[in-house]
Formats: sequence, C-alpha cells, structure tokens
Amino acid sequence: MTAETIAAGAAEARPAGGPEARPMDLLRFATAGSVDDGKSTLIGRLLYDTKSLFTDQLAAVEAVSAARGDEYTNLALLTDGLRAEREQGITIDVAYRYFATPRRKFIIADTPGHIQYTRNMVTGASTADLALILVDARKGLVEQSRRHAFLCSLLRVPHLVLCVNKMDLVDYSQEVFERIADEFTAFAAKLDAPDLTVVPISALKGDNIVTRSENMPWYEGPSLLHHLERVHIASDRNLVDVRFPVQYVIRPQSTTVTDYRGYAGQVASGVLKPGDEVMVLPSGFTSRISSVETADGPVGEAFPPMSVTVRLADEIDISRGDMICRPNNAPAVSQDIEAMVCWMDETRPLRVGGKYAVKHTTRSARAIVRALHYRLDINTLHRDEAAGELKLNEIGRVRLRTTVPLLADEYRRNRTTGGFVIIDETTNRTVGAGMIVEAG
Amino acid sequence: MTAPARSYQVSHLDALEAESIFVMREVVAEMERPVLLFSGGKDSIVMLRLAQKAFAPANIPFPVMHVDTGHNFPEVLEYRDQRVTELGLHLIVASVPEALANGTVRESADGMRNRIQTPVLLEAVEKHRFDALFGGARRDEEKARAKERVFSFRDEFGQWDPKNQRPELWSLYNGRHHPGESIRVFPLSNWTELDVWHYIARERIPLPSIYYAHEREVIERDGMLYAVNEFFRPRAGEERFKARVRYRTVGDASCTAAVRSDADTVEKVIEEVAATRITERGATRGDDRVSEAAMEDRKREGYF
Ligand SMILES: Nc1nc2c(ncn2[C@@H]2O[C@H](COP(=O)(O)OP(=O)(O)OP(=O)(O)O)[C@@H](O)[C@H]2O)c(=O)[nH]1
Ligand SMILES: [Mg+2]
Repeated sequence: MTAETIAAGAAEARPAGGPEARPMDLLRFATAGSVDDGKSTLIGRLLYDTKSLFTDQLAAVEAVSAARGDEYTNLALLTDGLRAEREQGITIDVAYRYFATPRRKFIIADTPGHIQYTRNMVTGASTADLALILVDARKGLVEQSRRHAFLCSLLRVPHLVLCVNKMDLVDYSQEVFERIADEFTAFAAKLDAPDLTVVPISALKGDNIVTRSENMPWYEGPSLLHHLERVHIASDRNLVDVRFPVQYVIRPQSTTVTDYRGYAGQVASGVLKPGDEVMVLPSGFTSRISSVETADGPVGEAFPPMSVTVRLADEIDISRGDMICRPNNAPAVSQDIEAMVCWMDETRPLRVGGKYAVKHTTRSARAIVRALHYRLDINTLHRDEAAGELKLNEIGRVRLRTTVPLLADEYRRNRTTGGFVIIDETTNRTVGAGMIVEAG
Repeated sequence: MTAPARSYQVSHLDALEAESIFVMREVVAEMERPVLLFSGGKDSIVMLRLAQKAFAPANIPFPVMHVDTGHNFPEVLEYRDQRVTELGLHLIVASVPEALANGTVRESADGMRNRIQTPVLLEAVEKHRFDALFGGARRDEEKARAKERVFSFRDEFGQWDPKNQRPELWSLYNGRHHPGESIRVFPLSNWTELDVWHYIARERIPLPSIYYAHEREVIERDGMLYAVNEFFRPRAGEERFKARVRYRTVGDASCTAAVRSDADTVEKVIEEVAATRITERGATRGDDRVSEAAMEDRKREGYF
C-alpha cells in the first residue's frame, strides 16, 4: 500500500454513522518504555492524525501549552490529565483513550514510564493484546526499557512493537535505528517474546505514525497505524480448554420463574455448547450442559469473552469460585502454587512466611509464602537465589500454599486462569501480581 | 494453540456488554450493599439495562438512588419514576433541597448545585451503609475520568486519591475495604458516547424525550444554549429565542446546556454524534468550565 492510500484512509478515520454497519473487533494496546521516551506524545499524535480529537480537547491543550510557554503544542497533555502530571510533566497513572478507524476499535492504555509507577504500567499492560515499547533513539535501550519489555513478556502480551522514537533528533539515521533494533531483538529473544515488530518513528513530527514517512525512505515496513489495524489477534485466544469460572448463581425468588438455577460467568477459554459433558471443580462431579443462556435467550455456543448463564442437567452443588470444565481437560486443583510474582507495595516487601489474601478467577483464598526461589535481575535476567525478599517493583519466583485449592492453569497457556492478585489483609491494597508457572 | 475452523468473533459492542455484565456480577457477588446511581441520563439508563441482563431472569438485586438537585427536567423525572415502577425497583432519593432546608449544606454563590450534591450523596451513602456505588461515568468523557479504575476506592470521607490508586490487573477487581470506606464501580468505563448510542439503538432502549431534537426557548451564554426555565434565569441583555435543540447529557437543569440539533431519531443522533467535533461535556456542561482541573477537584471530594 502506498503512502497516499493510507493517508486517504486516515482522513475518513472517524467511524461512519448508522447502527453498526459490520461488527468491528477490538484491539487493546498499551504503551511502555522509559520516562520521557514519548509514549504520551505518541498517543496524542495517533489521536490527532486519525482525527479522533475533539476541537475543545485540542483547544484546551493548546491553551495550556501556550500558557506554559511550550514551543509547540504538547500532545502529551491529551493523556496527562491530572494536575500533578501536568505540574511534573510526567505520566503517573494509566490514561485510557479510545479511537476507531473503519477497520478496528482501539482501547489505549497510556502508561507511565517512571519506575515509581511501574504497578500502573502493569495494570495497563495486563489486559493488552499489544504493547508499544518506546525507546528514545538518542539514548537507546535503558534499564527501564528492558524492565518494561520483560514485564510485557511476563504478562504475555501477545504482540510487541518496538517504536524507536525521536528519529527526528538523530537525523532519521538508519544506522541508529538498526543498532537499537538489533540490540532489542537480541534481548527479546531471551524473553521468548511472541511476536515482535520494529518501527522507526517520530511521535512529535508524525513520521511513520499514520502514514509512511518520507524522511526515512530506507524503512520498508508499514506505518504504526497500518500495523495496529491489521495485526492478527483472533488466534491469541484460547478456544481449546473449556474454563468457565462460576461467578454468581442466579436463583430468582419469584412466583413466575420457579426452580431456576443458572451459573453466571464469563467464558475464560474454550467453547461451551448445550449437550457437552462437563466436570465441575473442585467437587469433580460431572453433568451435561442443558442450556447456555443470555438475557436475550438461549445461545448455541459460548466462547470468550461472552458473559452467559450455564445450566446443567443435574442438580449438583455449585457455588461462586467453582469452575466448569471438561472431564478430559481440566485445570490443576491445588493448594501449592509456583508463580512469578511482581511486587507492587512500597511499604512492606514480600517475605517468606508472609500471609496474604489472593484472588484468582472468581475464587478468593488466603495464602502463605512458602519459598522465594529467586529474584530476577531485570537487566541481565540473572537469578539471585540468595534474595530474602521482594521489594517494590521486584520480580521473583515464589511458592505459595493456599487455604483452599485454586483451579489453576499455567499463565502462559491461559491468562485468565493463570493470573492472580495478592492483597494485603490489613491495608486491603493490591500488593502483588502473580503468574502461575506450575500448580500441584 | 490450534484454532477451530470458525472464527468465534464478537462485535466490539458485544465485548463491551460482556465486560460490563461481568463487572456488575462481581459487585453483587462480593459486596454487601450495592446501589446503582440512577439519574435518568442515558448512561445510567444503559447501566440499568445491563443490570437487567446480568441477573435475568431474576430481578435486579440492588436498589437505585437518585441524587436530586431539585433542578430537574420534568421529562427526566417522569422517565425515572416510570422505569422504577416497570422494573419494580426500590428508589432512594437523596435530596439536595431537603439538605438545604435542614441546613446540612448551603447554596453556593453561583447557584450551581453540582458541588453541594457531593455531601448529600456521601450522607446518603453513610445512612444506608452502601459499600458499592455503580456510576455511569465513562473514561472518554473527561481527562480525570480517563484515569480512573473500574473499581475505584474511596476512603471514609468519600475521597478519591488519583496518585494512589490500587493496581487493577486483568479482570481481578479488588473490592476489599474497611467499614465506612466504599468502592465506586464504573461498568461503562470503556464505552464511548458513540458506543452508548449504538447500544441504545440496538437494544431499542427508550430515553427521556429531551435527548431528541425539539423546540425550546433558550438563551446563549459562553457559546452554549441554556433552556429558560424556573431554575435558569437569563441575565440582563441575554436574549431569549426559540431553537431546535437536544440534550447530549442530562445533569442539573441550571448548568446543563443543549445543542442545536435536528436529530429526532436514534439513527440521526448516531450520525450526529459520529460527526461531532466537540466532546459531550465540552458542549454542554457549565460546571466543567470553572477550571482546567474542575472535574479532578470535584472527584477528589467524592463527586462521581
Ligand atoms: N524531538 C522529539 N521530541 C519528542 C518526540 N516524542 C516525544 N518528544 C518529547 O519528549 C518529551 C517527553 O514526552 P512524553 O510523551 O511526555 O514522554 P512519556 O514517555 O509519555 O513520559 P512518561 O509518561 O512520564 O514516562 C516531551 O517534551 C515531548 O515533546 C519525538 O518524536 N521527537
Ligand atoms: Mg506519558
């Protein structure tokens, strides 16, 4: 596709009116990378160049920029909306923004690069289909770029895009770009990052954002938007392993609907159909799906991310936190959990012997840290087996013992049934993110 | 992973609906005393529809609450009461005029009741011991809202601390809190104004008539059209005229403006919203114009 045709596409980027002409799919992406590498500016630029901005938003940002004496309109102000963020010129917490092109709808999580706010970056990346990792072309890879790339791989964000930004400040040099791209590719190989694309950009000037840049004729790949619109995400979902965490039991107390019992939840993975043999965990009882329902009537099948109500042929005791799966394909039922944990609490570190609450799918339990096998050095990926604790933003491998069994899969196979959060029982704050490596 | 032959795709609207239903069920499963804030505005109307869907065939398992500033559009009050009767809901009204009469709040100098509605809301929350409040706020509405979690923690003073929000990973929402604290829950976080209208069309959801184009006597102030009514008095020199307008948002009648419009059907509104170049709050809300961080400041104090 030539630059001209891409530009024409962008000009009509705002979705056409009329009730949903055709179903559009949704791509969730997050930004990542070190402080000041241009993440928020890039998001501002994407919104601006796809004509997704409203005149009052732009006017407000122009006015603030002018009042501060900026030389140009600071597009980062479009997402840096908090008073403290504007005062300090950094992003503190995730901003969510939305835009659509005729091809796709996008949910953007613009995350902070500052190390102090890593947990907010993790928040934004946990649900992303794709992460844009920005690197300042002048500085190359820094520790925080590696940390964020590592976190994206740990969170198993299925698609990564390395954006070598501020190309305008290095004379759009192919050599600089290739050096950074090579270094990053070598690092990413160690992470087993699933899918990596590399794009040279200038967020400030708009090079290779929506249209291909004339300043970098040596670059033959697509513009960033072109890639975002076409990256194939449908097969990222797990449609093989049936996992239906029971969220809520619907039992109407009504005179018109009697004897109704339905298990409400969101399909985590797999496809459920009436007639399927199923097993309920942790009890292990088996039954058959009699119907899969929504408020609009029965459906022939349910798959992620549908929220449905499943009804079974037999009366068995099922409550919130149980899991419906298949007799020959079930998660582990285990109180012993091996996991990678990212610690997010600044006040108290994770230590062996510590007791916490955990939330995993729709199940809650208490847990004790039985072992800390090692702490990871983000730069070298070296495992420090002598580590005695995990402090804020540190990542390590732990073993937990839980009060009740978790119905768990490996995180790398299932982002929903493999992830959990750790909650401090005294402050009630979410203090850790866990990714299950092994259960049982 | 080997993908089965068919694609198993859902539309973005179905994905949003599924996410919102999941959020509502989480709240009912984990919290003790949820309540849904129902103003009769389009977002709270969509939220109510999602609540119906989340728990069908059972009834909606929580009450609804209206923070009544006393400056209402009659069409909206009528709609509210009709909906409440139809669905057999329990309606709680937290009344600003009552609080003014009791002396618990005082009218602000400019007559706007946006700010004083916060203490009235917080008092009702305390009185009924609600621990989860569903709000229809969307992240696309405003830059402070763009920062907020789906489960947004509030301390015992109802305050939001934007610099210290709980991490929120995957769809694992943390609703734990101590007595007196509460969680604001925003099931429509990821919806845009256009998504809401597409959904209203798809679900054929009736709305208060003021969302569609009609004739109204208005004045123009700060580039916005305000309806002349018992709560909104023109100043000297402001000229009254008739215009064809509709409301994009419904808030306090003394500070919500209308926009010029010919869109008298849901299809026409969708076309209009898709083509508009101004955000809904920018076009209609006098209360956001006070300062660049007006919304953040109000939210910190406990506003929705
Ligand atoms: N010359 C040039 N400057 C840029 C470019 N992209 C961003 N900048 C500038 O770099 C500075 C930081 O940009 P931000 O977008 O705020 O950086 P960020 O990555 O969002 O920072 P944090 O969110 O705080 O981590 C701003 O002054 C931008 O104008 C670019 O492509 N070229
Ligand atoms: Mg930023």
